Amino acid sequence: MKNLIFKEIDDLIIGSLGIVAFISFFVGGVVSIQTALNLTNPLIPKYLIGFATRQSVILEFAPTFISIIMAGKMGSFITSSIGTMRVTEQIDALEVMGVNSLNYLVFPKIIALLLYPFVIGISMFLGVLGGWMAGVYGGFTSSDEFIMGLQTEFIPFHITYAFIKTMVFAIILATIPSYHGYYMKGGALEVGKASTVSFVWSSVAIILSNYILTQLLLSK
Amino acid sequence: MIEIKNIEKSFGETKVLKGISSVFETGKTNLIIGQSGSGKTVLLKSLLGIHTPEVGTISFDGRIYSELNADEKRALRTEIGMVFQGSALFDSMTVEENVGFPLKMFTNQTPKEIQDRVDFVLKRVNLIDAHKKKPSEISGGMQKRVAIARAIVNKPKYLFCDEPNSGLDPKTAIVIDNLIHEITVEYNITTVINTHDMNSVMEIGEKIIFLKEGILAWEGTKKDIFKTDNEAIVDFVYSSNLFKKIRKAQNKGE
Repeated sequence: MKNLIFKEIDDLIIGSLGIVAFISFFVGGVVSIQTALNLTNPLIPKYLIGFATRQSVILEFAPTFISIIMAGKMGSFITSSIGTMRVTEQIDALEVMGVNSLNYLVFPKIIALLLYPFVIGISMFLGVLGGWMAGVYGGFTSSDEFIMGLQTEFIPFHITYAFIKTMVFAIILATIPSYHGYYMKGGALEVGKASTVSFVWSSVAIILSNYILTQLLLSK
Repeated sequence: MIEIKNIEKSFGETKVLKGISSVFETGKTNLIIGQSGSGKTVLLKSLLGIHTPEVGTISFDGRIYSELNADEKRALRTEIGMVFQGSALFDSMTVEENVGFPLKMFTNQTPKEIQDRVDFVLKRVNLIDAHKKKPSEISGGMQKRVAIARAIVNKPKYLFCDEPNSGLDPKTAIVIDNLIHEITVEYNITTVINTHDMNSVMEIGEKIIFLKEGILAWEGTKKDIFKTDNEAIVDFVYSSNLFKKIRKAQNKGE
């Protein structure tokens, strides 16, 4: 089981770092540039660029939108790998041997995704870094102003809120795709369909739980 | 020995197995034959515990499956080896990891002991240089051999094979048939094979049960097939021109 968990960590967590880093860095940069370009009123301070980047990246972009992207990447991988095992009778083989196939296939994925907040933490850092680089090196703001924006009205609970969401999304990312893979019926075509359906339902669950958690945790 | 008594299994309104009783003997290759949709696979899956019959009992050397508790069922399953139609090898593992998997899961053997046993069974099924290959890198016949090696690695008392020849050329199919038969005799296993391949029937059919529309329509040995007047089995067997000619020649000889 230990080896399986390490394999899942490698496939699901380590294997996602590249794409998460790439997307986070450049989207952080774009948020920074877009904010700067929309601050046309000279009375609005430049440090708002850093502020807006921090709020966008930490509150929504990193936890929610990266999770939707991961529903496509990790979710499709989970559904198709388990679904292929189903159609090629590998799951039946496990059952006949006396192995609890559900536990054997899904439990390591759930454990591996407990490290998912680590991915989102990296996304937050790189998103803000991308925003700082685009803002400063693009000539939209100074480094001091950007950093001042990052520190302005910083509410530590927002980080807690983001990671609470992330843990819920991690459970969604492990369970919904596993369900669609494990209980699928049919052949290769159905594996593809199950992957698509699992992406749609994972995304819906992420968006809805994001709304509910935001309402519960942030509204006064 | 596996004894089945009055097995009935339905899916919704459709009754697939209608009161089947028989005995699968130890040290023999027992074949379940019949047309597609006759209930062969459902019967095999019922024997394996994948389907639960509504009526009837299945006993493994006196142990009635439905009366066993969860631990006893799990223990019984470790005595079962299964060769699936498509081999069902784990894609992510190498050949030797596939074969060693049941030992890793269910025994306390050291890695050295596991490796020795894996080497032994792979040699037994005549696979020498495929240890480190993935299932996708070997041929269909080799995959079947790996599946047989995995099925026998934990010294099972019962071996089940679902269409072990499907997708194989006739020559390789006979090699696989003979391998299963040799292993059955050598390790004194109760082997049950689900097939509609008449070559297999004539090659290794020591005990044959013929299903038709969920009913046990005939049982006997490969020798009995040529003598029987049972219309159902005659229709099934002599649907092939080759066997029609063999029967004609035999009748002439008599």
